[in-house]
This record gives sequence, C-alpha cells and structure tokens, in this order.
Amino acid sequence: MKALPPVIAPGHTFATVTDKISAIVLTRRTSLGWWLGFAVAFALANVLLVSVGYLIAVGVGVWGINHPVAWGFAIVNFVWWIGIGHAGTLISAILLLFKQTWRTSINRFAEAMTLFAVACAGLFPILHLGRPWLGYWLFPYANTMDVWPQFRSPLVWDVFAVSTYATVSLLFWFVGLIPDLATLRDRSESRAGRIIYGALAMGWRGSAHHWHRYETAYLLLAGLATPLVVSVHTIVSFDFAISVIPGWHATIFPPYFVAGAIYSGFAMVLTLAIPIRKVYGLHDFITDRHLNNMAKILLVTGLIVAYGYMIEAFMAWYSANTYEVYMMRNRMSGPYRHLYLALLFCNVLTPQFLWSKKVRTNALILFVISLIVNVGMWLERFVIVITSLHRDFLPSSWGRYEPTMWDWGTYVGTIGLFLALLFLFLRFLPMISIFEMRTLVPDGRPDDATVRLKPDTAAGLEASR
Amino acid sequence: MSSLKPDNAPEFWRTLAEKDGANLGELVGDEFASRLPGTFDQVERRAFLKLMGASLALAGMAGCTRQPPEQILPYVRQPETIIPGKPLSYATAMTLGGRATGILVESHEGRPTKIEGNPSHPASLGATDVFAQAALLDLYDPDRMQTLSHVGEILPWSAFIGAMRTVMTSQHATKGAGLRILTETVCSPTLAAQIEDVLARFPAAVWHQWDPGSELNAAAGLRLAAGTDLSAHYNVENAAVIVCLDADFFSCGAGSLRYARQFARRRRPEGAGCRLYAAETTPTPTGAKADHRLPLKPSQVESLARALAVDLGVAGVGRGTALSADAQAWLTAVRADLAAHRGSSLVVAGEAQPAVVHALAHAMNAALGNAGRTVLYTDPIDARPVDHIQSIRDLAAAMAAGHVDTLLIIGGNPVYTAPADLRFAEQMSNVRLRAHLSLHANETSAISHWQIPEAHFLEAWSDARAFDGTVSIVQPLIAPLYGGRSAHEVLAALSDRPERTSYQIVREHWQDGGSTRQDPPYTPRPGVPPNVSRPGLARETRREVDPAFEAFWRRTVHDGVMANTTLPTRAIGPIGAIAAFSASPATPPGGIEIAFRNDPTVHDGRFNNNGWLQELPKPLTHLTWDNAVLVSPATMTRLNGTATPDFTGGERGQIHGSVVEIRYRGRAVRGAMFPVAGHPDDVATLHLGYGRTRTGHVGRDRGFNAGALRTSDALGFGTGAQIALTGDTFPLACVQYHHLMEGRDIIRAVPRAELAALKKEETEFPSIWPVLTDEQEKVADYKWGMSIDLNACNGCSACVVSCQAENNIPVVGKTEVMRGREMHWLRVDSYHQGEIENPKSYFQPVPCMHCETAPCEPVCPVGATVHSSEGLNDMVYNRCVGTRYCSNNCPYKVRRFNFLQYQDWNTPSLMLGRNPDVTVRSRGVMEKCTYCVQRISAGRIQSEREGRTIQDGEVKTACQAVCPTEAIVFGNLNDPNSRVSKLQAEQRDYALLRELNTRPRTTYLAAITEMNPDLATKNGHKP
Repeated sequence: MKALPPVIAPGHTFATVTDKISAIVLTRRTSLGWWLGFAVAFALANVLLVSVGYLIAVGVGVWGINHPVAWGFAIVNFVWWIGIGHAGTLISAILLLFKQTWRTSINRFAEAMTLFAVACAGLFPILHLGRPWLGYWLFPYANTMDVWPQFRSPLVWDVFAVSTYATVSLLFWFVGLIPDLATLRDRSESRAGRIIYGALAMGWRGSAHHWHRYETAYLLLAGLATPLVVSVHTIVSFDFAISVIPGWHATIFPPYFVAGAIYSGFAMVLTLAIPIRKVYGLHDFITDRHLNNMAKILLVTGLIVAYGYMIEAFMAWYSANTYEVYMMRNRMSGPYRHLYLALLFCNVLTPQFLWSKKVRTNALILFVISLIVNVGMWLERFVIVITSLHRDFLPSSWGRYEPTMWDWGTYVGTIGLFLALLFLFLRFLPMISIFEMRTLVPDGRPDDATVRLKPDTAAGLEASR
Repeated sequence: MSSLKPDNAPEFWRTLAEKDGANLGELVGDEFASRLPGTFDQVERRAFLKLMGASLALAGMAGCTRQPPEQILPYVRQPETIIPGKPLSYATAMTLGGRATGILVESHEGRPTKIEGNPSHPASLGATDVFAQAALLDLYDPDRMQTLSHVGEILPWSAFIGAMRTVMTSQHATKGAGLRILTETVCSPTLAAQIEDVLARFPAAVWHQWDPGSELNAAAGLRLAAGTDLSAHYNVENAAVIVCLDADFFSCGAGSLRYARQFARRRRPEGAGCRLYAAETTPTPTGAKADHRLPLKPSQVESLARALAVDLGVAGVGRGTALSADAQAWLTAVRADLAAHRGSSLVVAGEAQPAVVHALAHAMNAALGNAGRTVLYTDPIDARPVDHIQSIRDLAAAMAAGHVDTLLIIGGNPVYTAPADLRFAEQMSNVRLRAHLSLHANETSAISHWQIPEAHFLEAWSDARAFDGTVSIVQPLIAPLYGGRSAHEVLAALSDRPERTSYQIVREHWQDGGSTRQDPPYTPRPGVPPNVSRPGLARETRREVDPAFEAFWRRTVHDGVMANTTLPTRAIGPIGAIAAFSASPATPPGGIEIAFRNDPTVHDGRFNNNGWLQELPKPLTHLTWDNAVLVSPATMTRLNGTATPDFTGGERGQIHGSVVEIRYRGRAVRGAMFPVAGHPDDVATLHLGYGRTRTGHVGRDRGFNAGALRTSDALGFGTGAQIALTGDTFPLACVQYHHLMEGRDIIRAVPRAELAALKKEETEFPSIWPVLTDEQEKVADYKWGMSIDLNACNGCSACVVSCQAENNIPVVGKTEVMRGREMHWLRVDSYHQGEIENPKSYFQPVPCMHCETAPCEPVCPVGATVHSSEGLNDMVYNRCVGTRYCSNNCPYKVRRFNFLQYQDWNTPSLMLGRNPDVTVRSRGVMEKCTYCVQRISAGRIQSEREGRTIQDGEVKTACQAVCPTEAIVFGNLNDPNSRVSKLQAEQRDYALLRELNTRPRTTYLAAITEMNPDLATKNGHKP
C-alpha cells in the first residue's frame, strides 16, 4: 500500500515556504484567470445587489413564499451557508487543540471560507424579514420603548449564536493573520502595500513577547471557538426543533444538524482546496494526505447524517403519530419526492465511495464528490424546510412552494459574493499560513528527529519543482 | 323626424369618423379606453411593481419637497348626533333580485363603514348575505361611473332633463308608442308608482322588466300552478322534512337568510329536528347540508319531481323518463318520509328548474297539506309581475322592428345578461335614443347615448319590499360620491316635476297614502298640506305637516321596516290537473348538459367589479376570481382533462385546468375545467357573471361568459351540448383543492339519535408542563371564547366578507391568490366524506383559535404576538418585523402575512370605507383574527362608563353578527351562564387538533346528522 505523503512536501525551508506563499500576493503577476474568475464572481455579486435592492423596495413577496410555506430559500440558504462555515472553525480550532498539524496548510482559507460563508448566511435572516429595516429589534438594546426581544424565541438565540460566531471567526482569522501580514509588510515592494499591510499587522515585530502573547491569545480564541462548532448549528436546528410542525419537531435535530454542518463544510473546503492547489501549484503544501484526511471526515459525518435520516424515518413510523407518518410518507412520495431521492443519492450514496483510499486520494473524484455533497446538503435543508411546511396539520391549508427568479437571484448572488470575497482573499492575503507552515519544515521542528533525518532540503525542493 | 334622415345617421356628430357612420358603440367605448388604461389597476401586480420601483427611484427627490399643508377644522356647528369617534347606525335596505333585505349601516363621521343585518327585518333577522356585506365596497368603488355623459360628452343633469323633455314632446303625439322603459324587478312602491304615472300619461309606452338575478321560474311556476300571479315564501320552522329539487334555498334567493336560520334552529339538539333531502346538479351549500343528497342531471329533476308528485297523489301528472336505481331508492325514502309528515314537510324547487317543476312542487305541497303551514302564499311582491323572459323578448322584437324611439334602461345590464338568442345589443342599436342608468360603465352603457351614473343604494332615498311584502325605506348614508342619480330622479325627468329629489319623491309617495295595492300604512288627512316638500314651500309651512305622518315617517325610517306592510297570507286553491303536468318531458338528446347558475359571489355579473366578492372563495369549489366549467371528476377523466396544482401556490393557490370548448346551439365558449366531487356525470355547470368586456379594473378579464350560450328557452340548463378539450390549460385561483381529511379528526358528526349517549371530551391532554388551574385563569373578568357550530354552518361565507369589511383586510388580486397569499382572517374550509361521486360535505369556518398555549407566541423573537389577560392572542402590528415564524408554527394556519404592500393607500374613495377602529396594516407585517378586539374594547368602554361588566351578547364579533345560522357564538367563558359557555359545555363540543394541547379558545360543535335509516346504509357514508 502506497504510503501517504507528509503534510508538507520534502525539501522546504523557512525561506522557500515564505517565498512561495507570499509570492502569490506580492510578486506574481495577477493572472488572467484570476481576473476572469473575479469578474464572474463579481457579476454574480451584483445579481445579489439587484435582488436585494428589489426585495427591499417591494417586499418579501417577490420570493415564492406563501401560506403555508412562509419560509423558503432564505432559510434554506441561511442554514446551508452557516453549515458550510463550520468546517473552517472545526479545522482551525478543534484540530488546533488536538495538535493536528495537517490542518496548518488548509486552516487559513478554511477560516476565510467560514467568514465569507457566515457573511452570506448572515444576510438571509435580515433579508427575509418582512421589515428588514427593523431587524435590530432582535438585539437586546436599551430603548425608549422599554421593550426587549422575546427571549424564548429560537430566532433570538440565533441572533446571539450567529453574531458570536461571526465575531469569534473574524477575530480568530485576523489574529492568525497578524504575523503573516507583518511578513507581507516587510516584503512588499510598493508603498501602498507597506502602509496597508503595515497597518493591518498592528506593529508586529516578531519579538518573543509578541510570540508569547500571540500564542496565548490564539489558543484562547481556539478554546472560545471550539464550543461554537457545536453550539451554532445546534441553535440553528432549534429554529425547527422547537416548533410543533411535523418534520421539524424532532430531538435528533441538534446532533444531526451539527454533523450535517461539518459534512457540508468539509465538502466546501475540498471544493475550494482542490482547484486552488491546482491553479497555484500548492501541491507541496496541500498534499494528498490532506485530501485523504478531509475525505475521511466527510465519510464519517456523512454516515452520521445518514443515520439522522434513518432515525427520522424510524421515529415517524415508531411514533405512530398521524402527522409524523404522513410527513415522512409525503417526503418520500409527495410532490417533492424527487428532491428527497436526490438528497439520499447525494448525501448517503455518494460518500460511500470514500471508503476507498483510491477515491480519497484522487483529487478529481474527490472534487466531484464534494460538489455533490454540497448540493445534497442544500437539498437537505430544502427538504426539511419546505416539505415539512407544505403539508402540515389541516389538509385545507396544504399548499406548495416554488422559488421565483428573485429567490434564485438572491441565492446565486450570495454564491457570487462568497466567491468574489474569496478571490480577493486569494489575491491580497496569504491563503496559507506562512508562519505556521514554517513550523512544519524541518528547521521549524528542531526537536522532531524524524524530520531532521529527512534528505537534503535543497535537493528535495529542487525535485519538487 | 326619422323620415328626414337616413336611418343610421346620428343626430349629432362629434368626430368625422362618427359622421361617416362609424359604430357608435366603439366610439363611446373609446371614451373609457382612454382613461389611463391599466396604469392604476390595483390588482395588477406588474403595474404595481413598476410604479413601486419608479416611485422608489423618485422618493429621494420627493423627499426634498414639502408636504402640502392639510388643515383640520372643527365643525362650526356641531351636528347634534355626531360625536367624533363614535359610530352611528342607520337602518336601510338592500335590494337584490327585486327583494329587499333590511340592513343596519355603521357610519363613522358620515362615512358608511360596515353593514350589519337589521334584526327587526323579516328577511334579515340580523344576518346578511355576502352581497350585502360587499355592497359597501361597491359604494366606494373608484371604477364607478362618475360623470353623466351623452355620447362621450360630459353634460350636466339639466341636459338630461332637457333631453327627456324633448322625448316627452316628441312622444306626445303617439302617446308614447316609441317609449320603452326597461327595469329590473321593481319592488319599490314609489318607483312603481312613478313608472305607472309615466305609463298613464303615455299609454302606448311599455314597461319591460328583465332581472336575471330574480326568481323568474319560481314566479312562472306559481303562475302556472295558481293561475294567477302570487308570491310564495316558506316557513321552515314548521318543516320536519324538506325536499329540495335543485334548490339552493339556504344560500340563494329572497328569504334564504331567514330559512337558513329557521333550519339551523330546528337542527339544534334542542330543536325538533329537520331532515333535508336534496336532489341537485351543482353541489351547493344546501346540498352539503342535506342528509341525503342525490346528484342528478338537471334534465332529470323534472322526472324525479313527476315521479314524486305521482306518488304523492297529485292528479294528472305524467311520468317522466326512467330514474336510476339510486334515484329510485332516494325517491322511495323521500315519499315515505313526506307521507309521514303531512303538513310539516316542504318541497322546494330551484330557480334553474323550469316552471313546471315549480308548479309540481306547489302541487305536492298542496297535496301534503303544507300550504299555509310551511308554504305561505301572498299577493305578488313585484310591483307589476310579468314574465321577464317574454318581456325582454318583446322588447328585443320591438327594437328589431324599429318600434322603439327611446329606451330608458333603469339599472341592470341587459346587453350582457339578456339571453344570447335575442341579440340584444344588436337590436338595441336600432333605438334612436338610448339612456342607461348604471352604477358602473358596463356593456349596456357602452352602447347607450346617455350614460347616467346611478346613486348607490347607500347614497339615495328609496323604498323596497321584502319577500313577505314588508316595506323598508331605503335611507342614504352619504351624499352621492360621484354625483349619481337614483332611479326615482331619472323617472322624475319624465314627469312634469323633474327637479324633485329622491327624498321628496319617496316621502311624498307615502305621504299621499303610499301604495294602492293594500291599505295605506299612513292615510292622509284632509286639510293638511299633502306635500310638504313641494318646491317653493316655505320653511314655516313645514310645521303644518301632519304630525302623525311625521311620527310614522320617523318611526319607519328609524326601524328600517314599515309597520303593517307585511302582505297577508292567502289561501291557494287546489292545484289540479294542469296541462303542463300531463305532458311528458322529452327525452333529452345525447351529449352533455349544461347548467347555468348565477355565480355564488359575483351573482349575475353585477358584483363583477367587487374585489371582496371576487376574492371570496366560492363555497365547495373554493375558486376565486374566475368561473370554471365545473364537471364531475369522472367526466373530467373521460374527457382526458386534467386539473393539476401548480408548484407555485399548489393546492392552496393555483390549479391548472384543461381548457374546454363547449358548443351549444351553434355558439361556443371556452373555459377551464374544474372537478367537483358530487357533481353528476356528463353535466357541466357554468356560472354566469364572468367574461365581462366592459367593467372596472377588478372584474376585467375574469373567466368566460357563460351567458353567451344561454338562450331564452333554456335559462336554467340546456341539453345536447358538446364539450371538447382545446389542449390549453388555464390557471385557476383555488384556495382549497384538497378536501380529504386524510383520516384526521377534523370534522366530527354525530347522528341525532346518538347525541344523548355522547360523552364530553376533555380538551386537555396530560402535559409535563404546569397547567394553569381554572382559578389562575380567572385573573381577568373576561375569558373570551368562541363556539362554532358545524351543524349550523352552511358555508355561505358571509362571515368572511364581514370580517374583511370590519377589519380592513386587503384584496390581494388573482396573481397573489394563486401564490397562496390571500389575506382572509377567517376561512371556511370544506371537507368531503364518502365516495367521490356523492360525498357528504361539511363546512368548517376557521378563525384564529386564540390558543391558551399558543404555539405562535413563544417563537416570535420580538414579542409581537402576546397573550392578553383576557386570553386573546394579540397581534402587535407595530412591533412585528415579519419573521413569519408564528405562521409556520401555527397548526391551524390562520395567520396571514402582508407579503407585499396589499393595502391600497392611494385611492381616496377606498380610504373612506375603512374602519377607523382597526389599524390599516402595511407590508411586511403579520396579521390574523383578533376576535374583533376593537368591538371588545368598545364594549368594555361602554360597560365601564356604566359601572358594570360586559353583558353576554353585548359584544358580537363581525363574523358572528352576520351569520344567518347563528353558527358562531362569541362571549365570556368566565361567565358560566353565557351562551358560549353553555355551548362549550355541550357534549358535542370539541377542540380542533386538541392532541397538540394548544387548548384553543375557539372550539367546534359536531355536526348532527338526521339520516333516514332506510337510506343511511344504502348510501354508504355513515357519519
């Protein structure tokens, strides 16, 4: 059996690592591909702008929502984006605490992905309000009306969960960036670069004091972020689980949602990492070992999600509750059955290929699988939100939901926003943590005997080129 | 005069095109077409969105401009009765189909805002139908005809008077031979007297009547049976068995409100009971209430009636065609039941059936000894009873022959409603001077020279008779909004005193002794000036008015009914062998039969531009905004037609029906097919009143004109029509397409016999959470609750419109209904039980349940929906940010969201009609039934001022107030003696979805069935 490659290709030194990563930002010419990609993403982001402008001008009625399906794409997309963000936090915080060194080469852009996904997700709960300009009423703030939010509502919990999550993610990402920003400041050849990176580096000089405080702060933030991995999606799942609607009212929701979130998050990391690695030639830093590890997580969480589906169906039958039984039957054979079948295909069947190591280390297949899982997880949220609502208790109120072009515009628009932000990130910030990568090269691990016995680094570097 | 000019030359010309002989109708029509087409269409989403976008773009600029100053001025002389903020109520009456229903109109500072029934009026008893409720919106309709015009030229009223003077001069020589007056059924004694007055001066003039909204066949049938003109009405109080022959008599026609109430009272547990049999074509509310319903082709009803009449011993009746086994079984049971209830049974024939069926029904009633007990006969209610079909035929023939110089059309829309074979529009163009008085510019006014805006009945004085002859004075609530004129004023233009106002005319009529057909309720005394209001009469002479008349007048106007005007009942002679009885009906040809029905919401088309009625789901089909070709599911399958829910809106919004073409006697219409359970096979029901070509923005392009197939010899139904798919589909806005209960415990029904053994169900399930004790719940004086009796509800939907009027609920338009976004706070669901060919249908009004443990409350993040101390589930519009979580979490789905800006904030006339006690909601806000909290508040204020608690029955919700069957009862559950407490203590009380432990304050009373044991098993569906 072929041994898996290490987490960093042999032959790298402090200098090569720094050169290679910072060059993408500082010295390499901006490729035509980047411009093209950014242009497309930016155009899509403008679709969002138009959709949101129209939405605010006219009202949420431009979407397909109705009675009984009063929540539609907005909530589906919110949960989907929030879920995607989870992988970033898991990679950066939990794997850091577990000292999983392989996380180092993917954590920076996974965190960026988290941040951008949360930004996209955060738009929806505000936009979906009938009167979005009053969205701040969900925050507990001192006001002359002497009114507080209604704390029993999971939507208020959401506000706290998501805003905390966004804040911690931003801090974590930014704090992690500081030493690299200083590197960029030092290496930048343009005055603007020196000023901007310099300002952002917040006076980082790399002194031992700095490093000491930095490590402490980073660890603390990781500790803070860790519970968020579990809590945020748990609370998001409460939006559904707290209600009385069959298909929503289920105790399995929190773990099932968390697993689903990590599942979709890792799928998204793979979706992004594989092409980036290819385009920027980062095979040295994002090796097959990384892909393999991520695929394993994908498989495990996929199995948990499949278990969740199974238990949902089982409990519906076991409860012998008319409404639950009908809900499950309706999911499987009602008007939205195709989506449910597609969901099973995407989320249950597809990850089974990951049992094979060959698949796990094949970037192309993995990329396809990750895309399918992304779609599947979106379908899962659609199925949960729509099929539960569209036929609930009184048959007289049964209806259906179909997204309008504005639903699609908003959704596609957030994908555009996400990608546009990602393109900017790739271009202007080091997508891989330089200083952390430096800890992986042999010089960075003086106490690691296995590393020191590796062949000559310079030769290795040449070979890898 | 006509000899001097070629026939078609107009008297005056306006444009060269017209002079050259262009079609006048088109020219006049163009006047309207130029009126900002579509731009301000309230129900056109696209136009709305465009405007919205444009105004948003301009909002920035507009923000810089100063708002125009508005002045608020106090009354200089405060009218004695008007206290700002305190509504007043006035009695008046609404006429439909030539019969009046007494109503009370609430007025806020001179603006009528709500219509209620007049409890002292025999046709109302406090209830109203949907039309009376929606009449308010007609009053404020911005699409009403607003100016008097002659061939497109806006002219003053005096010009019309001048024109009529010319007519009178020119007709003088021929004694009015060229003068024709066309009215609807006239039940106004004053108007009738005016017309008779005109006819007295122009003996050769002819008065025609055509009113498709009135009961033409019923009148003809009674004439056939009795040999003279009479009117009949029913006393359901005495009826233990009722047999309906295609008669929807609980929801259609004069007196239906009264009959429905009497029926519901008999059907209550403590009532004497009443078994209802209905043989009918189109499933109707009456059929749904029937214990045994028999779906029949319309042509078979006569055979059924004949068979029944033969069995009951009516002399000289020939049998019709053979009946099916089902019908035979039904007939056997009905005959036995009727025979067992001589003198306490009732056979009713429906308007769609020909005169002979009505005559048979009267003969059967006579044979059963029901005449005088359950069927009451009086002198005719119509001022001048005529055969309308013959009358309109004569008019069409006279016009075709060129005998008509002047045609004065008082109300109605004959061009649209007249039978198609008369080609009324075409004949009408032969008339040299055509004048039309109308509320709206319609098809008839489009080809009339004089278009006279009609004053709404809430704008003008008049009088009218109810189904039993009771006279009401129609009193206006507001000055004409658009300068409308009443029929009285128009007819006065043909008199020598054209300047008299409606008030003067009506008052003088009664002052002079009123109608000549019976004893005058007020007899003028000699020596007293007869006509106080004659022009020129000085103010001082008014004192000389007979005080007795003044007292009589004031009392009558105040009460809404004129004392001692109810026509005495009279006996009807034996109904013996009539020639029509012996003649056997012809066997209908093959093909399908088409049944024509007045629409349940837009009637014969006169309410076509009324958004409340257009958006009101029609009972059982739940269609809005369009008519459809209603067929049985089996027929639809046979024709390979489909009706499938669209994904947008789905079963609660949008159904795509196959478009079919119906060909009948060389005419064809196209409409979307819609399946209705319980409809007989190979019959298509076509509702009239749609497919209007000239109407306002609301009614434009709705449905198809079934009247295009209707001929004067087949007004009720036609046989031998062809139906074929066209390959197209058409989206229908249907708010409930799924009528199966899916095995859920939604509707309950219990046989009357098992009522005593029924056990009261506990409304609560055990909970792990602490449950408030009764003592804890009694924190406030009041614990509001509601009881809805499924046994009484007949699905008439008056409550829905009443709620809409009371609570300023917007109309959203067809597109939005198709997306599942209609806004009704109260809906009337219907569910079917049993086989699809003939199910038992039930109605269930669903308002907010005001749950004790309301699922909507804990999920609102901003506390916009909260529980009040009196148990109301309050909605705080100001606080609502619109997450819609409450709606998702409501198991009853009674919450309604303003997805877009549905409320019209720009049309001034609509602003007038809103209830000032209820917030007008804006976009992005959730709303729902409040138990009419504004009425509770009003009651509380009143009671606190008087230092007492609110009495039971003092606060009535809008839905409760109009309910003809008293199905909805609201009150204080803390008072064990309140009606609602007693009803909720009844054995058959149950809570909807009680297994969710929401502990709803609104509970239901199970329906009671009174099946005939001989039929119950045969029919299959046991309750």
